[in-house]
Amino acid sequence: MNRFAELLDRLAYEPGRNNKLRLMTDYFRSTADPERGFALAALTGALGFQHAKPSVIRALISERVDPILFELSYDYVGDLSETVALLWEPRPEPGGSAQLCNSTSSGAQETAAGEDSPKPSELLLSSVITALSSLGKTQLPGQLARWLDQLDETGRWALLKLVTGGLRIGVSARLAKTAVAAVGDKDPQEVELIWPGLRPPYVELFSWLESRSAKPASRDPAPFRPPMLAHALEDGDLIGLDPKEFIGEWKWDGIRVQAVAGRSKDGRLIARLYSRSGEDISASFPDLIDALRLPGAIDGELLIMRARRVQSFNVLQQRLDRKTVTPALLREFPAHLRAYDLLVDGEADVRERPFVERRARLEQFIARLHEPRVDLSPLVAFVMWDDLVAARQNPAAAGAGADADAVEGIMLKRRDAPYVPGRPRGPWWKWKRDPFIIDAVLMYAQRGHGKRSSYYSDYTFGVWTKGEEGDALVPVGKAFFGFTDEELVRIDRFVRRNTVGRFGPVREVVHEPDQGLVLEVAFEGLQRSTRHKSGVAMRFPRISRLRWDKRPAEADRLETLARMLEKIESARAAPSAANERDRILS
Amino acid sequence: MRAEDILLRTPAGICCKIGGFHIDPTRAVDKAVITHGHSDHARAGHGAVLATHETLDLMRLRYGENFAGSVQTIRYGETITLGGARVTFHPAGHVFGSAQVAVEANGLRVVASGDYKNIADPTCTAFELVQCDVFITEATFGLPVFRHGNPEAEIAKLLHSVRLFPDRAHLVGAYPLGKAQRVIAMLRQARYDQPIYMHGAMEKITRYYACRGIDLGRVELARDAKKAELAGRITLCPPSTLKDLWSRRFPDPVTCFASGWMRVRARARQHLVELPLVISDHADWSGLTATITATGASDIWVTHGQEEALVHWSTSQGLQARPLDIVGYGDEDETDGAIENRGEA
Repeated sequence: MNRFAELLDRLAYEPGRNNKLRLMTDYFRSTADPERGFALAALTGALGFQHAKPSVIRALISERVDPILFELSYDYVGDLSETVALLWEPRPEPGGSAQLCNSTSSGAQETAAGEDSPKPSELLLSSVITALSSLGKTQLPGQLARWLDQLDETGRWALLKLVTGGLRIGVSARLAKTAVAAVGDKDPQEVELIWPGLRPPYVELFSWLESRSAKPASRDPAPFRPPMLAHALEDGDLIGLDPKEFIGEWKWDGIRVQAVAGRSKDGRLIARLYSRSGEDISASFPDLIDALRLPGAIDGELLIMRARRVQSFNVLQQRLDRKTVTPALLREFPAHLRAYDLLVDGEADVRERPFVERRARLEQFIARLHEPRVDLSPLVAFVMWDDLVAARQNPAAAGAGADADAVEGIMLKRRDAPYVPGRPRGPWWKWKRDPFIIDAVLMYAQRGHGKRSSYYSDYTFGVWTKGEEGDALVPVGKAFFGFTDEELVRIDRFVRRNTVGRFGPVREVVHEPDQGLVLEVAFEGLQRSTRHKSGVAMRFPRISRLRWDKRPAEADRLETLARMLEKIESARAAPSAANERDRILS
Repeated sequence: MRAEDILLRTPAGICCKIGGFHIDPTRAVDKAVITHGHSDHARAGHGAVLATHETLDLMRLRYGENFAGSVQTIRYGETITLGGARVTFHPAGHVFGSAQVAVEANGLRVVASGDYKNIADPTCTAFELVQCDVFITEATFGLPVFRHGNPEAEIAKLLHSVRLFPDRAHLVGAYPLGKAQRVIAMLRQARYDQPIYMHGAMEKITRYYACRGIDLGRVELARDAKKAELAGRITLCPPSTLKDLWSRRFPDPVTCFASGWMRVRARARQHLVELPLVISDHADWSGLTATITATGASDIWVTHGQEEALVHWSTSQGLQARPLDIVGYGDEDETDGAIENRGEA
């Protein structure tokens, strides 16, 4: 457990991908079976035990620490596992040497305790994981407390991360597999291909990587293939490009997925859905898995479709937020795949073929599949770049029709480009829509979590509206990014010095016509909302500028948002007119 | 007589009306009593300043000869009468020359402790516990998550990393007054005898410590060294320079930061620190609470940092306690020493 805790700790501090890989590879090389295999399982999220709920951890710490001191500490640290790891005071083992009385030096205390008390036998990661898989719910808290008593701060932190299932140390399953592949100087793709047939603690995998045995046999019939990514189009990029060489597509505001189906040795069709990073998310989308009835690999966007209309990202988010898949969830949030590329057609890997050919194959593939849950992402027709500029400004009128809400921009793909993993510059461009912008006033602030845990970095902002007693600010949204680190320090200081009220962890910040901070807020879209007092909900709001130069009285009014909303809604109504015109012209 | 008649909070900081002076005022006043040389406590421009010899020297180094109208030196244990109050200085163990100020009148004793720590530090006189009626305490690390642990173990961690990466420079961010010299002195105590390098911003203060007899061994300026020479060596620098252009002169540096804040992972990550070193010149939670109890004071005033938790704890121990809300101290809570001349941890 100690070595694993050390690894997690160092990974958590290490920002660089290559150094993370080196740390993990070194660990796998220098740690014995089965410990390293269980560590790999923990890093790839392959452990099957029921995760402990945060409430269990909270209950444990409440037995040892004053609740107010706990809340203040948690508010400061921002991470439950770390707060508890830092606060936990081990109780002396029964029969062991009693804790030393309070000396004034905590440093002296720790050294003394470390030297005097007999060293507890080393707790193994494998025994923790084995115990966790068999432990009953009622036994868990007691066992956890005994483990916490045995470990040091780093060990406690790692244990709590493990049992709550949220390592969050910036290591994806893919990265961990890449690190393990490096143990045997193998291509990570090779590990990826045999991965589905392997189980923790992966003894046969390590044995193969260390050239002590043959490669584990199981060949995955439906593997993940690293996706091709686009560069953001910047001002001036279009000038050097020839419109004839490109094909335009809508950029959908959903989740990029890879839907793969293939035949296993015994002839069964295996279907899987992967996220962009290669996480297997099939279990969360059984409705879509059922629809993948033809061997092949589709690159596309996961969306929620109701009455043949794509729903906004907010709706998709609601399905993503649910952990358990219930029949009601499947009914209310039907998953849909909008396909825009084909990597494998039947048994044939077509990634080397040019995009136009893959697109033609994709169209036939979707037609053959003949499945309402899977459709083709339409192309955006254009002759000159100006046509594309217009389409981007008003997708509804350019063919996106009723689905325009779910369009977040345009994709440009070279006709002759093969499908290249990674982000090569040139073949694919993404061109997002311009955000909406308003000036709002900071009203409330809350400390962030994770990296920003000690800073007031979550802001609720408002705009002016007519109240019962003259103009008042009404909250219209929350944002927690978009600013630089230096700006964060300044806002944080502003919040601390201008707090006028406190509600738990939330600070109310002065917001008068002449006193307060104006934030320029950018956002991607606007919707009517009954959940918000203001009646509107912003999509993807972020702070685009700090307006220290503006008085709050000069900030925008709710009427401005209402006008934006009307404009969006009237643009949405326009496509029928545009279709009409098309018919007339043809 | 009430404690408020001896000391009270004013916009300029803690004021002793009957003695006609302020303690660590945050703006220029006629008479200032200064606990220690950090710039948030020791500002320039006062009429008269009373402080230890070291604190006055450090102020002179920072602000020049004319940092105050007049100065008066006081030794640890010495008592001076100012107006209707008797003022005694006691070691605070925070940095070289740091003091707690005990103010007495009519049999009532109030101790303003400034910043303090109650663990050993080779660069300053050990903290002295002073019995009192009212104890004014800082609360920089006033949350139970802050337990600094054993600083020698952190020095060992640094030395281990230096052995592990002989081809990489180790760049240790440390506050230029106090922390940097303490880290150097502790490295020497741990028998590290290689030359130690430093950033130019800490040269004057470090030379001052050395000429006052604190054993720092060979300390050289990083700017005089060749890049290759800095590999496998330790260099101290103000935290703000860790990510500066300045740090590019070092071969593949391991970024270290010596501060009590390093106990919280998110804090270390915020600074892109690879090797956090939990070494603090402030008392940790156990130190604060143990000291409060040991002073015997029944009334606790909490000045800067995490006041809320310490006030809550004191109250739960049956003591009277309140926050003093002084603006201007301990800006390190917000910047972590990102602004090198203000705040320290």
